[in-house]
Amino acid sequence: MTRIDDTFAALRSEGRRAFVAYVMAGDPDYARSLQLVKGLPGAGVDIIELGLPFTDPMADGGTIQLAGQRALEAGMTLQKTLQLAREFRAEDSTTPLVLMGYYNPIYSRGVDKFLHDAKQAGIDGLIIVDLPPEEDHELCLPAQEAGLNFIRLATPTTDDARLPTVLTNTSGFVYYVSITGITGSAAPKAPEVAPEVARIKARTDLPVVIGFGIRTPEAAREMAAAADGCVVGSAIVSEMAEGKPVEEILAFVSRLAEGAHGA
Amino acid sequence: MPDELFNSFMTGPDENGRFGDFGGRFVSETLMPLILELERQYEHAKTDQSFWDEMQDLWTHYVGRPSPLYFAERLTEHLGGAKVYLKRDELNHTGAHKINNVLGQIILARRMGKKRIIAETGAGQHGVATATVCAKFGLQCVVYMGAHDVERQAPNVFRMRLLGAEVVPVTSGRGTLKDAMNDALRDWVTNVRDTFYCIGTVAGPHPYPAMVRDFQAIIGKEAKEQMQAAEGRLPDTLVAAIGGGSNAMGLFYPFLDDKDVQIIGVEAGGKGVDVEMQHCASLTGGRPGVLHGNRTYLLQDDDGQILEGFSISAGLDYPGIGPEHSWLHDIGRAEYVAITDAEALEAFQLCCAMEGIIPALEPSHALAHVTKIAPELPRDHIICMNMCGRGDKDIFTVAKALGIDMNG
Repeated sequence: MTRIDDTFAALRSEGRRAFVAYVMAGDPDYARSLQLVKGLPGAGVDIIELGLPFTDPMADGGTIQLAGQRALEAGMTLQKTLQLAREFRAEDSTTPLVLMGYYNPIYSRGVDKFLHDAKQAGIDGLIIVDLPPEEDHELCLPAQEAGLNFIRLATPTTDDARLPTVLTNTSGFVYYVSITGITGSAAPKAPEVAPEVARIKARTDLPVVIGFGIRTPEAAREMAAAADGCVVGSAIVSEMAEGKPVEEILAFVSRLAEGAHGA
Repeated sequence: MPDELFNSFMTGPDENGRFGDFGGRFVSETLMPLILELERQYEHAKTDQSFWDEMQDLWTHYVGRPSPLYFAERLTEHLGGAKVYLKRDELNHTGAHKINNVLGQIILARRMGKKRIIAETGAGQHGVATATVCAKFGLQCVVYMGAHDVERQAPNVFRMRLLGAEVVPVTSGRGTLKDAMNDALRDWVTNVRDTFYCIGTVAGPHPYPAMVRDFQAIIGKEAKEQMQAAEGRLPDTLVAAIGGGSNAMGLFYPFLDDKDVQIIGVEAGGKGVDVEMQHCASLTGGRPGVLHGNRTYLLQDDDGQILEGFSISAGLDYPGIGPEHSWLHDIGRAEYVAITDAEALEAFQLCCAMEGIIPALEPSHALAHVTKIAPELPRDHIICMNMCGRGDKDIFTVAKALGIDMNG
């Protein structure tokens, strides 16, 4: 059992949906990013997705790409991202931390070294966008061996024939990408998403969480109700891009969390 | 297994799209079903004679193939050593080798029922070739081009627009070729059902590196036959310029198992390979990493962040290289060298003056290496260089570099 499994078990026993928040590590700088991450659990966030900055985020929209650029320009690296996780973990031993990003910084560091460091830093799971099941031996299998969850994306293009491939070696939860598109784009429609979630749940006992295009407390409520929870990323990152104070961003996160928890 | 198959360099990639450790399918799940379907369709087309008949017909009547193999007599005399032959792919319709591959992919797209074609482009040659073939078949065409390249390749931007393509200037990241590729991938992820992504080089997720190579291999196949006719034997050395590496792979591939043929790829050394972010020599100055769907040599920093390349030639300005080149480099079957902007410019002018051929800046890099090695080689040594593009698009860049005011 990882912190992610424990969190979903607890939510399930309370009859609640999960609210997952994505923030970019090091955006706009290390100190303010750490302050934001530390405030997320208090704002009602059940699971934190910590974005690992990368120069070429092919599956992300402009909001996340610019956040990554701000972080990199402020000197963020993989090692500093893990340091940020470590500092968070020193004060919070229960909220799951999922590292989300692209493979190259990890490959560049070396998979074994990275897994060792990530585990020590208190990371619980990984979402690596450019590692499909076909490349499982690269990181997915070593990560599970090291006791980290490897959370896979399922998408509208993942048909019934392919779904079992995607679900094999997935752990923690399944991240259902609500649209064909990039992060921060068009809003998903609940009537289209619900049957897709049912299709996935018919083939796995893992919780299913919906992400991409969710921007408001109302959308968070609607999407969370259609699954076991929802993720909001770009809408929170946009607040940071506008230079809002961390307290104000956390207040927005609270409203989103209330939306998801009201489902 | 017979020995000749066992020892072949031409059997890659494996079923996972790997050339040794390079290549692969490092894409998001949304794209995975698409590239698997593309692979199925390509594998089918590859063995379908009617597919190749259609290609051959268009190569002959639309592109103007075979391109000549030309003995550069004055250049050879000037260099005073090896005999220099040029494979004249700059004479193709649209002025470069790019159209060889575009035709193959568009015929495939039509077979798959796709109506909307997207492409990325650096120098604009692949964009022009894609826009051209889309116009011919009445397909919608959207070309992603770095904002910086839109500026320095204005004539090609206008050509694409004349041909009915929508050119989207890419400002995300630093607005270069790699960012154009990112935005093309984003478009594909968003418009998966009706869109075909026509990649311009031997990179990207499997099956692109193999498919583009197979379409470009016509260059090497012709060169082999033409050299037999001209000299009654194979060339001793092949030389080609490399950005992503499609013209080079096209020339090299049919010769990979001819082990006496020396193979040299020429990367863009920009202002010098020892200056970070001032060159595009992925093999000479990079290390293996994962970008744009494949593992290959990349220009990157210690943290695995991708670095911008630099070259006077927009077509070589890419921080990666096709995975098959990375493999050929590591196993030592091919040699890779770097040529600086200054050396390429010199070769550009030499070619104009000696042969009456205005070369593109990309093959000018290959030619610069030829001018280095030919004088040291015996007169019966034969070099075959791929003249992969014509230089009309580059005259403004060259004028600027030479300090000439074209408006004056």
